[in-house]
Amino acid sequence: MSDTTVLSPAGAMTGHPDPRFHVQGEHHPENGTLLGFWLYLMSDCLVFACLFAIYAVVGRNFAAGPSGADLFDLKLVAINTAFLLLSSITYGFAMIEMQRKRMRATLTWLAITGLFGACFIAVELYEFAHLIHEGAVPQRSAFLSSFFALVGTHGLHVTFGLVWLVVLMVQLAQRGFIAENRRRLMCLSMFWHFLDVVWIGVFTFVYLMGVLP
Amino acid sequence: MSTHNDHAAHGGHGHDHHDHEDDGAAHSTVKGYMTGFILSVILTAIPFWLVMGNVFDKSSTTAFVVLAFAAVQIVVHMIYFLHMNARSENGWTMLALIFTVVIVVITLSGSLWVMYHLNHNMMPGLMHETHKTP
Repeated sequence: MSDTTVLSPAGAMTGHPDPRFHVQGEHHPENGTLLGFWLYLMSDCLVFACLFAIYAVVGRNFAAGPSGADLFDLKLVAINTAFLLLSSITYGFAMIEMQRKRMRATLTWLAITGLFGACFIAVELYEFAHLIHEGAVPQRSAFLSSFFALVGTHGLHVTFGLVWLVVLMVQLAQRGFIAENRRRLMCLSMFWHFLDVVWIGVFTFVYLMGVLP
Repeated sequence: MSTHNDHAAHGGHGHDHHDHEDDGAAHSTVKGYMTGFILSVILTAIPFWLVMGNVFDKSSTTAFVVLAFAAVQIVVHMIYFLHMNARSENGWTMLALIFTVVIVVITLSGSLWVMYHLNHNMMPGLMHETHKTP
């Protein structure tokens, strides 16, 4: 019976405690930022899919140059994988501390996450410098071009994730756990875990399968 | 009638309040993250051990097993770290994910399939063979 009075103006309904103007059954999110960010991640996923496809097609065209088995150091890749995996779990701990509204613990876990991410980038830059020093530059062969394009794009994503992380830590310290900062933390959480998912594809498809005879 | 109205209003208010509290995202727990982390460590360590220890004689076997482990680990990350489920955002995240997976599969398999046959048919020694095929 009350449903029929919903559409009348609120002024006419004096005494009605809380008029509703939307359908009760439908769940309506307050803002679509998280869904929109998820859609961005999915389009980013397509970017990486194209780079993986390129690597899959030309990844064995060595042009008489060095192959993956000659170049890749799996111990270094294992260390790098550990760094990224650890940074994923520490970001998870930061999210849990955010739910408990504990600022100092959140900032600490975010700092540890950033440290692991920086270690990842440092090891990757060391690897790239080593490859270039050995003459395995992107211009050398189609394999190396696609390798640097794929792994470099992932590294660039992690670098921008680190910039975002630092900016967010400053914003958290200044403004506290306001709704905007909580939303930003959730977006960065998705971004960070997404990069870890992409790295699973990279270390499996590029490094592990690259050194197989 | 008044009790019904009160109940409806209270329900609606509680619903909105709930939305504001968790912003529509799933609550993460230490247990969930640790489960995902331990599974990820196992699913990462085994492929590295398989390749670095030369466990299988054939490269194709190793490649297949390693890819299978990667697929499982991606699903683990999606569930425990990215909190994917069919309910978040009314299922729109899942719908977007399924759409993306379809596109990715088409892109990867299509590229490999087309380029493999292109390479195959462009080999000089096989030119006469391709002419014979109808």
